[in-house]
Amino acid sequence: MISDLFSTTVLIGILASGIRLSTPYLYAAIGETFGQKSGVLNLGVEGQMLLGAFAAFYVALTTGNLWFGLLTAMIVGAVMGLAMAYVTVNLHAEQGISGIGFYLFGLGMSDLLFQKLMGTVETVKGFPEIYIPGLSDIPGIGKIFFSQNILVYIAYLLVPIAWFVLNKTTLGLKIRSVGENPDAADSLGVSVARIRYFTIILGGTLSGVAGASMSIALLNVFQQNMTSGLGFIAVALVYFGAWRPLGVLGGALLFSLINSLQLWVQVLNIPIPSDIAVMMPYVVTILVLVATVSKVRAPSALTKVFERGD
Amino acid sequence: MKKVFLSDWFSRLVDALLPVFATMAALLVGAVMLLFLKVNPIEAYKALWEGAFGTSNAFAETLVKATPLLLVGLGICISFRGDVINIGGEGQMIIGAILATWVGLTFTSLPGWLVIILSMLAGFLGGALWGGIPGVLKAYFRVNEILSTVMMNAIAVQLMNFLLRGPMIDPAQAELASQIPQTARLLEIFRLPRLVPTRLHLGALIAVGLAILVYILLWRTTLGYRIRAVGQNPHASRYAGIKVQRYMVLALLLSGAFAGLAGATQVFGVNYRMITDGSSSGFTGSAGFNGIVAALFGGLHPILTIPASVLFGALLVGANSMQRVVQVPSALITALNGLVVVFVVSSEIVRKRRQRKREAVAKRENDSPPSSETDEKQTQQAEAGL
Repeated sequence: MISDLFSTTVLIGILASGIRLSTPYLYAAIGETFGQKSGVLNLGVEGQMLLGAFAAFYVALTTGNLWFGLLTAMIVGAVMGLAMAYVTVNLHAEQGISGIGFYLFGLGMSDLLFQKLMGTVETVKGFPEIYIPGLSDIPGIGKIFFSQNILVYIAYLLVPIAWFVLNKTTLGLKIRSVGENPDAADSLGVSVARIRYFTIILGGTLSGVAGASMSIALLNVFQQNMTSGLGFIAVALVYFGAWRPLGVLGGALLFSLINSLQLWVQVLNIPIPSDIAVMMPYVVTILVLVATVSKVRAPSALTKVFERGD
Repeated sequence: MKKVFLSDWFSRLVDALLPVFATMAALLVGAVMLLFLKVNPIEAYKALWEGAFGTSNAFAETLVKATPLLLVGLGICISFRGDVINIGGEGQMIIGAILATWVGLTFTSLPGWLVIILSMLAGFLGGALWGGIPGVLKAYFRVNEILSTVMMNAIAVQLMNFLLRGPMIDPAQAELASQIPQTARLLEIFRLPRLVPTRLHLGALIAVGLAILVYILLWRTTLGYRIRAVGQNPHASRYAGIKVQRYMVLALLLSGAFAGLAGATQVFGVNYRMITDGSSSGFTGSAGFNGIVAALFGGLHPILTIPASVLFGALLVGANSMQRVVQVPSALITALNGLVVVFVVSSEIVRKRRQRKREAVAKRENDSPPSSETDEKQTQQAEAGL
């Protein structure tokens, strides 16, 4: 019944799984934020996540070491990022379109490798929950915030780190200037190409982690197209969060909490058709975008090719 | 002078063939991947070719698969020319198909030809609605269309799942315990007529006809001119008195409409009912994405999108036969499709550099300025390649 939703246990459950579900979005969207801040829209996140998810899962399954899996996912994501950087920075390819190309590549490649190397759906024992001594015993809050797996904690640490790097360091200043006015940055001796290579490869690496966080921490399986649009939503969350790590966190949380709520609605047999419930996070995201995004401006050089004037 | 002309002609030919080279490069990478999978690439590609073109049935299948790609691609030509990125083809196909199916299942007492026309219109309108919403959101609320179209895809899938499990479920299924989420079958008189004794249906001809219409729309009408003008320079267009926002909405709306029509032809020409496996690609076969690929391959030119769609239709059909004959998962072709896209957009730089070089040469030989005819040709080609 609907009143079941408001019992403490269920509310704690909703919040705890909402936090957990937000991890892949956070990794991917924070990575994408760096890219977009430097003027590069990477639409291939979904493909990078899928390949990362597969790599992490397969290596974890065969070696039995989750950290090797995670590392492989990071390398795979970084290599995809490197390719994206070469294509968009050196070859001046249209960013949105090449992103779609990389998405299709990751989608097909992860499926192909899955069918050839595994064939059937298997499971691994993913990263276990870590109970933070003392804090995890606090009623309610302990269950929500301090009884999560390691990738959740790292994801949440990443938010202030990303904020600090982007806003308080020279590197962050360079990234922002390259995204706002590459010509000016270039004339001041900042290498536009080097900065963009850095942000796109970082983005790819984090997308790889995002995929790994699904396949070896959240769901502990790999299936074809298991991200099913999650990577695109991560890109959306960057706009949603107005290119600020904290805003991205807010968006990821909102989206995941609604998602978690609709999962519980189904668990509790509340008479809302499940298909309609699954739709809700998307509808709410659009509505919030309408309400907020119009006030903020995207980085000026976003999606624009930088060419040095001779 | 004549020699210059000849080499100029040659370099233009090379430019026009760049996508073909890019595809061949992707297939070469695919061959290396096949070697890693311990499959003879020649055998695999032979199976692909024969699966796509080997028999008249195979070729018909290729055209059947090419039809939704072409329709979606035509919409993409319009929206990308207007500098609006429509990734919502999947959702627009679904909504178009839902509306068309509803018409086909509701007005069962009307004559067949009328219902076919009405349902194609319904598909067109459904897609227009699903594309128009992100259009309005972009133009008037500054919501990025990439995001909204992605969200609209997800919403459309759930709407389809809901309708096919509930209100629109086949009455025969509703009584069974299994309850396959599908609609009832369309009456035979409502189906798109077949052209030859294969699965090839009228939708293919409609799509080709529309390709010509879209060409005329984009280059021979004020509406098309304005959509392109807004795409190339919104600020200048605004100063020129064009209502930029209105044309942004129109570009997305039309783009969605063609995808919607693609969805409708899938139901009325191929499956004769809607059925869902829960995902969007289960219904669309990812045509909403692959149509983008085809349009880009065709240089966002409606007429060139026709052969491009046939090529990608062939890859899709051939992939299945490759899977059967040499046991390579058809996912390989999805990956190669991605590589084709990357290679094609990357090869653009070659064309641009050569064009710049040509312009520089033309400038140097400015004592004999190019005639207005070649000038026009140049701009036409530049537009076609954009």
